[in-house]
Amino acid sequence: MTLRDLINRLLRREQASGETAKQRLQLVLAHDRSDLNPELLQRMRQEILEVVSRYVEIDVEEGEVSLETEDRVTALVANLPIKRARSLPLIPGLGDSDQSTADPLRRAS
Amino acid sequence: MNATSARTILICSGKGGVGKTTLTANLGIALARQGARTAVIDADFGLRNLDLLLGLENRIVYTAQEVLAGSCRLEQALVKHKQEPNLALLPAGNPRMLDWLKPEDMKTIAAQVGQQSDYVLIDCPAGVEGGFRNAAAAAEEAIVVTTPELSAVRDADRVIGLLNSQGIQPIQLVLNRVRPKMMANQEMLSVQDVTDILALPLLGLVLEDEQVIVSTNRGEPLTLEGHGAGSPAARAYINVARRLCGEDVPLVDPSKERSGLRAKLGRLISKNLF
Repeated sequence: MTLRDLINRLLRREQASGETAKQRLQLVLAHDRSDLNPELLQRMRQEILEVVSRYVEIDVEEGEVSLETEDRVTALVANLPIKRARSLPLIPGLGDSDQSTADPLRRAS
Repeated sequence: MNATSARTILICSGKGGVGKTTLTANLGIALARQGARTAVIDADFGLRNLDLLLGLENRIVYTAQEVLAGSCRLEQALVKHKQEPNLALLPAGNPRMLDWLKPEDMKTIAAQVGQQSDYVLIDCPAGVEGGFRNAAAAAEEAIVVTTPELSAVRDADRVIGLLNSQGIQPIQLVLNRVRPKMMANQEMLSVQDVTDILALPLLGLVLEDEQVIVSTNRGEPLTLEGHGAGSPAARAYINVARRLCGEDVPLVDPSKERSGLRAKLGRLISKNLF
């Protein structure tokens, strides 16, 4: 560790590289272990958001769907802040005909 | 011990260059010195090196290839270590063997070797392809070697997944090339980080040690009597052997053992006192 590194760490400008390594490793292992590539995860995330937003109005910007791993077990964790419940759930095939084709996400925003 | 009680242990890592072969050689010698009849099998047919690390490269006459083909007896292929006659090496055959070698072949070899040994250590090739699968088929338990580096831990994780799916049990971890100073400064994954992430029991911690290179140059493993007896890596390898035999040897986290201003400062920072 050079003096500059030390000063940066003291001033909290930069975290220790060991901590960075740990975080990067945990993320990459969560993907390796579940055998999901980022593209698939993105698609799944999109569909989950769509399904949930049929029932409740969610904050899409703040929503988070990610993989977390602990003790060699990987979990899909979704954190979706709810703005409010829909008075009438937008369920395709139940009700107005135009709802079956429309994207509920776009409708919500 | 009777003929069927050999423990067949795969030494693997996924990534190359993390210290599989060095561990196999040193652990083999250490077990033999404890009085156990030990055989080491070089299953890295593509890039064999176990013979070099043991200093036996000039004494190879037959290999696993001739044993499988039935053109020699197992005893003729096994190379006994001169200084440590409890240790024998079964050398890897020609790389062309990879074209036809099957998991069953490795099983056959390991079973034969096991009939006259207490411990059979299989030095696994890097990677997770055919060579790994052949070697793993012959093993009952495994030691995964890794270093506190991202790529090595990631590859170890992949290998552990494959070992689990093959029902190999127990799987234990050896953390190699640990630099206590960097760990204390948090510039390296910590022992705790690695064991938490891989979720394996820790069988040993080996510090980065220049004597390992010297011993490789000479073909004399550090665990041989009178060679690297005092070096930190030698002590670590001997402790791995003792733990493997069921002895309770405590593990010390080297990053927590250090004193000195820099280490103390590093710990202060880690506690967020600043």
